[in-house]
Amino acid sequence: MNAANIIDPATLEGLAAFGINVLIIIVKIAVVLAVGLLHVAYATYFERKVIGHMQVRLGPMRVGPHGLLQPFADGLKLFFKEDIIPAQADKAMFYLAPVIFMASAMVNLSVIPYSENFVIADINVGLLFIFAIAGIGVYGIFLAGWASNSKYAFIGGLRSSAQVLSYEIAMGLSLVGVMILAGSFNLSDIVRAQQQSVFGMYVIPQFVAFIVFTISAVAETNRTPFDLPEAESELVAGYFTEYSGFRFALFFLGEYIAMFIIASISAVCFLGGWTLPWYVLKILPFLEYVPGIVWYLIKVYAFIFFYYWIRATVPRYRYDQLMKIGWKILIPIALANIVVTGFVKLIL
Amino acid sequence: MIQKEAERIFETRELNVNMGPQHPATHGVLRLVLDIDGETIVKVTPYVGYLHRGIEKLGENLSYFQALPLTDRMDYVSAMSNNIGYCVAVEKLFGIDPPMRAKFIRTIVGEMSRIANHLLWLATHALDIGAMTVFLYCFREREWILDLFEMICGARLTVTYPRVGGVRNDVPQAFLDSLWKFTEEFPSRILEYETLIDQNRIWLQRTVGIGVISAEEAVNWGMTGPTLRGSGVPYDVRKHMPYDAYDQVEFDVPIGTAGDTYDRYRCRMLEMRQSNSIIRQCIEKLPPGPVMADDPKFVLPPKDKMLPITQPTDMAYFIIEKACKGCGMCLRACPAKAISGEKKKAHKIDQSQCLQCSTCFTTCKFKALTVVPGGKGLSDEKLAELAVAPDKLPDDIKEAQQNLTRQFDFIKKGPKVPEGEIYVATEVPKGELGFYFVSDGSGKPYRMRVRAPSFVHAGCLPRLCVGHLVADVIAAIGTIDIVLGECDR
Repeated sequence: MNAANIIDPATLEGLAAFGINVLIIIVKIAVVLAVGLLHVAYATYFERKVIGHMQVRLGPMRVGPHGLLQPFADGLKLFFKEDIIPAQADKAMFYLAPVIFMASAMVNLSVIPYSENFVIADINVGLLFIFAIAGIGVYGIFLAGWASNSKYAFIGGLRSSAQVLSYEIAMGLSLVGVMILAGSFNLSDIVRAQQQSVFGMYVIPQFVAFIVFTISAVAETNRTPFDLPEAESELVAGYFTEYSGFRFALFFLGEYIAMFIIASISAVCFLGGWTLPWYVLKILPFLEYVPGIVWYLIKVYAFIFFYYWIRATVPRYRYDQLMKIGWKILIPIALANIVVTGFVKLIL
Repeated sequence: MIQKEAERIFETRELNVNMGPQHPATHGVLRLVLDIDGETIVKVTPYVGYLHRGIEKLGENLSYFQALPLTDRMDYVSAMSNNIGYCVAVEKLFGIDPPMRAKFIRTIVGEMSRIANHLLWLATHALDIGAMTVFLYCFREREWILDLFEMICGARLTVTYPRVGGVRNDVPQAFLDSLWKFTEEFPSRILEYETLIDQNRIWLQRTVGIGVISAEEAVNWGMTGPTLRGSGVPYDVRKHMPYDAYDQVEFDVPIGTAGDTYDRYRCRMLEMRQSNSIIRQCIEKLPPGPVMADDPKFVLPPKDKMLPITQPTDMAYFIIEKACKGCGMCLRACPAKAISGEKKKAHKIDQSQCLQCSTCFTTCKFKALTVVPGGKGLSDEKLAELAVAPDKLPDDIKEAQQNLTRQFDFIKKGPKVPEGEIYVATEVPKGELGFYFVSDGSGKPYRMRVRAPSFVHAGCLPRLCVGHLVADVIAAIGTIDIVLGECDR
């Protein structure tokens, strides 16, 4: 019996197209997830090597040539470690927190345009989506601190929530300038708008916003000098003090993915994503043949390297100083930037 | 009314946090119980004693020479300075004076130890505040100093190199050369640390105006060392009550003005430069001569003047049959049970079991026991031929045997010490380290008491922390530079 006899050909065609679409999306997700997780593994390796060499030591050297297999050894170790749950902990929340944290970080991978035609969900509110999901990630942190029923974790959770929330404002405001210039929330559109603009990259007209964004990005991902939530000299390990084994690994993964996301936003919104500015292409036209993903990755990793560099260089801020910088300096500057950008856009 | 109601429902409480004894920033096993209101410290209670090993009490049951290695275990970060402090105190009690060369060597190693200590302090202080790279830079140089220590005495951490009356052995030339190279290199390394933190805005924000204590208050709290000098009091034992060779070298005592964490940090950084210059001066002026005082009443005999050490395989102890009265003294004294014989009959030594400890030699009252140099492995008949009565032995062998007996006596029982009590202070990197001895005339102290700067400084923590934020507690613990081994003793 022929399938065409039951369903009319148009519907069948539609179904087939739908199926293929779903398949493509699933393949894309699989690729992004696999590459994303592999990235995390080697981001830790990269960090240890970079900081090691900055600190006159070698970093990992034992597992495999130049310690190249170290991330797998670490992962395996974490996987087989005993999973300890404090007796007085709120068990359900304790289980849930790392999953929320990790999931919210991973969902963001879906809206990032890796190159011209490679984005899982090309949605029109991409930038807002990222902020919304990052906001959910704070729940993971706070619940972890609360559910552990430990004072150190609790203080770490409180600090982290306050910090991430206030720096999210500064970060969001710093990106408003970009939105005004591009006229869109869609991340791919923002990149295309940069390609067509005179400057080639928004970092040139929006350098104030870029600085504000970079600083709040460091705070948003809890890295030195804003790594207060997990300030090990004060709070042992902050909100995940009580976590061990694979739950700890989930936090760890989430944090490095968050770092990748932030670096991606920076590359997409300020550095032109997968494109090169037209003037660079004019001088060196052969660069046009290099695939876009290469430029994207170079930009992302340059930003991540900058993170590591800061970590090896500066001490840590105190909690009140951190809040002061956020509310009294970064947010006013970001607001002023929006006003100036708006005026300039109006006049032109 | 509404507010009162709200207060009743939403009762606020201070959070009681237990920091330590296992905590990454409490430098050992310090335990602080913090009452915090939000992030502000309301009350701090330090608890000490987790590392108490009873070193003071142990000292009372050991002779003055035996207690020396215990002082390594107090402040293990600067063991050399602790050794020197102990030796200087015991020398004063004995009334002896080490030779000039030993004094200079002790000054050198003391200042090396100061640099090593300040490096570790800077490393951990910076790491606590979050500057991770400084930590590893400091350890690079500290490692160099520890290697130099290894060169002179074989140990890196618990050195026990100084001795009562001098130092254990003379320094090799290679050590002086390497140390000279270190002093040439080191000032530029200090600059390297300073580029990272000295003018860093975050570092300044974390240290300036934190843990302020006025000069008067610092004196009242009993602070000493750089912790006191940060408040502007130029008190330094090395300047005011010079010991060793400190009166022969020129150095400044750096002081601060504000008495905050940053000033104490600056003091220690400048102190490292001063120590470096002291070491250079000492190497230039290092006089020749012996490194141990020669005073048979109080000082251990030199190792190369004791027979079993220098010629261990070469000699044999032998009982001269005619002189032996068979009293059995040597039989009972022999630790190896190598002597046999019946009462009132001549005894015999079983050469295969003899340890050559010379115990029997000093025990024998009848000049029957003697030493035969080069007698090892010979038969008893041959030994009998070679044996000479002990009073007719060559002078150097007689002296060596006496030295051996003295060594044994001093270590086990201690020398005859004048009665009385004494307090002697030295400037260790952490402050004023004082040893207080009460002597009852025996070879062991009746009471030994250590004034440990870390203990005093740990007591000041509440004064430095209250009113600040949680993060400042970490800065305060770092700035007073405590080691719990010394604090708890």
